[in-house]
Amino acid sequence: MMKILSITALRKVYGGTVAVDEISFEVDRHEIVGLLGPNGAGKTTTINMILGVLEPDAGTIRIEGLDIALRRSPAIARTNFAAVYAPLPGNLTVSQNLRVFGLLYGVKDLPERIDELLKQFDLEAFRDKRCGVLSSGEQTRVGLAKAMLNHPHLLLLDEPTASLDPATAREIRATIHDYAKEAGSGVLWTSHNMYEVEDICDRVLFLSRGRILLEGNPKTLPAEHGKKTLEELFIAVAREPLTLGVA
Amino acid sequence: MSLRRTFAIVLRQVYLIRGSFSRVFPLFAWVAIDIVLWGFLTHYLNTVASPGFNFVPALLGAVLLWDFFIRIMQGVTMAFFEDVWSRNFLNIFATPLLISEYVGGLVLSSIFSSLIGVAVMLVIAVACFKLSLLIYGAMAIPFLLVLFLFGISLGVFGSALVLRFGPASEWFIWPIPALISPFAGVLYPVSTLPEWMRHISRILPPSYVFEGLRAVISGGTVSGVALAWSGCLAGGYILLAYWYFTRVYRHALRTGLIARYSAESLS
Repeated sequence: MMKILSITALRKVYGGTVAVDEISFEVDRHEIVGLLGPNGAGKTTTINMILGVLEPDAGTIRIEGLDIALRRSPAIARTNFAAVYAPLPGNLTVSQNLRVFGLLYGVKDLPERIDELLKQFDLEAFRDKRCGVLSSGEQTRVGLAKAMLNHPHLLLLDEPTASLDPATAREIRATIHDYAKEAGSGVLWTSHNMYEVEDICDRVLFLSRGRILLEGNPKTLPAEHGKKTLEELFIAVAREPLTLGVA
Repeated sequence: MSLRRTFAIVLRQVYLIRGSFSRVFPLFAWVAIDIVLWGFLTHYLNTVASPGFNFVPALLGAVLLWDFFIRIMQGVTMAFFEDVWSRNFLNIFATPLLISEYVGGLVLSSIFSSLIGVAVMLVIAVACFKLSLLIYGAMAIPFLLVLFLFGISLGVFGSALVLRFGPASEWFIWPIPALISPFAGVLYPVSTLPEWMRHISRILPPSYVFEGLRAVISGGTVSGVALAWSGCLAGGYILLAYWYFTRVYRHALRTGLIARYSAESLS
């Protein structure tokens, strides 16, 4: 069966700095993949290339078989994203933002879909509020509602729960988990919260200096590398990748 | 090309204008002041100048057309600046939206927002200063069309400049009409200008429009060839501006500018 996301030998260089160094990986249906790594590891650069807002220097990105370099619009129509650094315009209301982005993503039965999402993300009370006056947690939920508008086959989430309280974060994780499992979508998830990653991800990829150093099940990977927790493994990868014999 | 996606860009602008008096006010306030100012000036000139010549269609009509051009240009750039000010590029360009749809949306937004200013200008000019557009006859249509096309081309070009050089460069965009106006012969014949300025006038579509406008008022004939040439020039500028916008966009995709666009990310 065709993979939701298939990345081959992806490379990006800024000036003389290699941000992403020929990485290859896939995301399957029903799968949540964690993209982990320290700041500057290349996670956001990778996500930006998948979103089509950054052109790779080499390599290919296929979304359900569609090469985004050749068929960008239909490929991107199958994705959506939420990122803590990309809030929706604060000068539009929640429903206005969802309407505009619903049209951009070609969502059918848009008014009904907006109602569903406002309910799902507990945003009904903020329907006519400008996004700029919402708390950071509420804005994050609006961003997630936007990310789910088009029932994306590939969902890209860059630290999606960073500004949520623990209870809301857990609900959001459950929502996205259920979505991936029921809708058969793939999710690429970055986070610095290792508890969260262990809880939700089926597989993790550890990035450092633009390369994938480790890959595996977040529940078993620490023990495989002599660490007690995923956080310990993360710190080891970030600080001393050579000690793991993977750099 | 998807009309729905183009409509989304227009709808965003409609929402913004509808919900904000500070966005509605500039659409008509400055052009209204311009028309009032020039309306009284032309009336005064009519009283002191030799009888027989009516300054209202010559000067006030020219100012009205020039303001129409400015509104069209700024309609495009304002719609683009909304994405700059709300740092919305990542959200917008991570959708299936094509550049042609985005630019098309900016142009339609400009038509929508310009209509407000044009309507106010016409009401004041006609009701208060007895400007009759009928005096221009059918030539009013090509005059408006050329100015519209040139306004669109400068709006798209200005947006591309800001995309390329960052938000701070928007201050280079606002004075563009003022920089062009001396060469365009809005208020005086191009023959008044020194030779080197006339060379520049020849490549500016509005100069043909205002020469034509004066010819109509003085009872002369408008050169159809000159007007057609100005239309071709304006159409050519639109193609050039669109080419430049797509080139800047491709550059922004290669450098990561779209994803990191902010005042701090550019010099």
